[in-house]
Amino acid sequence: MLALIRKELQLEWRTRETMASLLLLGLLTLLVLSFAFDPTSAIRAEAAPGVLWTAVIFAGVLGLNRSFVSERDNDCLQGLLLCPVDRGTIYLAKTAANFLFMLAAQVVLVPLFVFFFNPSLSPQFSGVIVSLFLGLLGLAAAGTLFAAISVRTRAREVMLPLLLLPLVVPVFIAGVKVTTRALAARPLAEVAHWIHLMIGFDVVFLVVGWLVFEYVVEE
Amino acid sequence: MLRRTADNVLPPLAGVTVAVAIYMVFLYAPTARGEGDVQRIFYFHVPLAVLTFVAFGIVAVASAMFLWRGSRGWDRLAHASAEVGMVFCTLVLFTGMMWARPRWNVWWTWDARLTTTLILWLIYAAYLMLRGSVGVGDQGARYAAILGIVGALDIPIINRSVYWWRTIHPAVLTMREGGSGLIDPQMQATLSVSFVAVALLYVWLVWLRYESMRLHDRVEAVRRRVLDIGPPAAATH
Repeated sequence: MLALIRKELQLEWRTRETMASLLLLGLLTLLVLSFAFDPTSAIRAEAAPGVLWTAVIFAGVLGLNRSFVSERDNDCLQGLLLCPVDRGTIYLAKTAANFLFMLAAQVVLVPLFVFFFNPSLSPQFSGVIVSLFLGLLGLAAAGTLFAAISVRTRAREVMLPLLLLPLVVPVFIAGVKVTTRALAARPLAEVAHWIHLMIGFDVVFLVVGWLVFEYVVEE
Repeated sequence: MLRRTADNVLPPLAGVTVAVAIYMVFLYAPTARGEGDVQRIFYFHVPLAVLTFVAFGIVAVASAMFLWRGSRGWDRLAHASAEVGMVFCTLVLFTGMMWARPRWNVWWTWDARLTTTLILWLIYAAYLMLRGSVGVGDQGARYAAILGIVGALDIPIINRSVYWWRTIHPAVLTMREGGSGLIDPQMQATLSVSFVAVALLYVWLVWLRYESMRLHDRVEAVRRRVLDIGPPAAATH
């Protein structure tokens, strides 16, 4: 599995395509949404968590869309399937790689978010990190499964958001809730149930993805 | 034998029950005090909502059975149930809006149940689109089955998240203190008949779709044999 993750990372390191597109789309979403609100109004500060999560999820979907394209274009999936590993392991490796890409993009996006929206940087800001970590894990788990599906459909690029966005609504709501509280410098304990919800989502999708992935790649 | 019975019995049975239900809803049931005639929509709205959940539940179970057993029948059942469920879900949203406009003074509000139902609608819209856009072989059916299962697992999570978020939907059937306005026996009878009518309608429609998909597959198989283009691997249903 580690070898599989390393293969994904190496592939990405050579082209840096996914990372670049993830970052740019994330940045553009932040910008466009911040134009939607008057820079002086209080609404803007209130909308900030929603803007951050919209950017995260849009960029995430774009990155996920790319994750199976190389496998399909060069018939690499066949080679991957010939590897003497369980199909579930391939899924977990892909998920881990996607998760790492999205997490890496946040290293740039979050400071940009702070820069544009100027939220208070209290010690509770760690709550934002926690919610991003859990949210991205869930997004990667569900997204990897449906990216593998949508890459074989006719309307490939549109299909993934259509399938994925309704399913990740809980992640979005929970992420926005935790981020709102964290930016208001409230203790994380107040949003414990949202964090539990995200953990539950992550576990459900990782387990289901691991179980059903063989039906996805089967010819 | 079973097939012929179903074909002969289901349409008249569903038709008559629906007609009786319509009569009871509009002429038999008394007008609710403080609500007015608009309340009558509830006799369709609630059974449709319940049958929507039943329909999508059946999609999930049939999808799991299909992945496990691989028999075409389970896949057809899942597909048929998803289609009928979509129609019912759309009607639930519409009847809800028609009721909400005079009562709440808005067409739509981001209440927990409305939001969950809308997301449910979106998930199964994606489900039907996914079926339509996958090419040959069993793949489309398998992909749809996965979404059918994952969607069903996701619904409780979505449900909890939107309930923590906000809610104002009336808890009609959950019997708050002092009942829920449905103490009138005539109203109760009307609701029961409506339930039976909508349930029969569901069974009949799913049966129709199931049969048409089965016949489609058979026609396809025959066509392939006649044209000598190999076994019917490309079943579209």
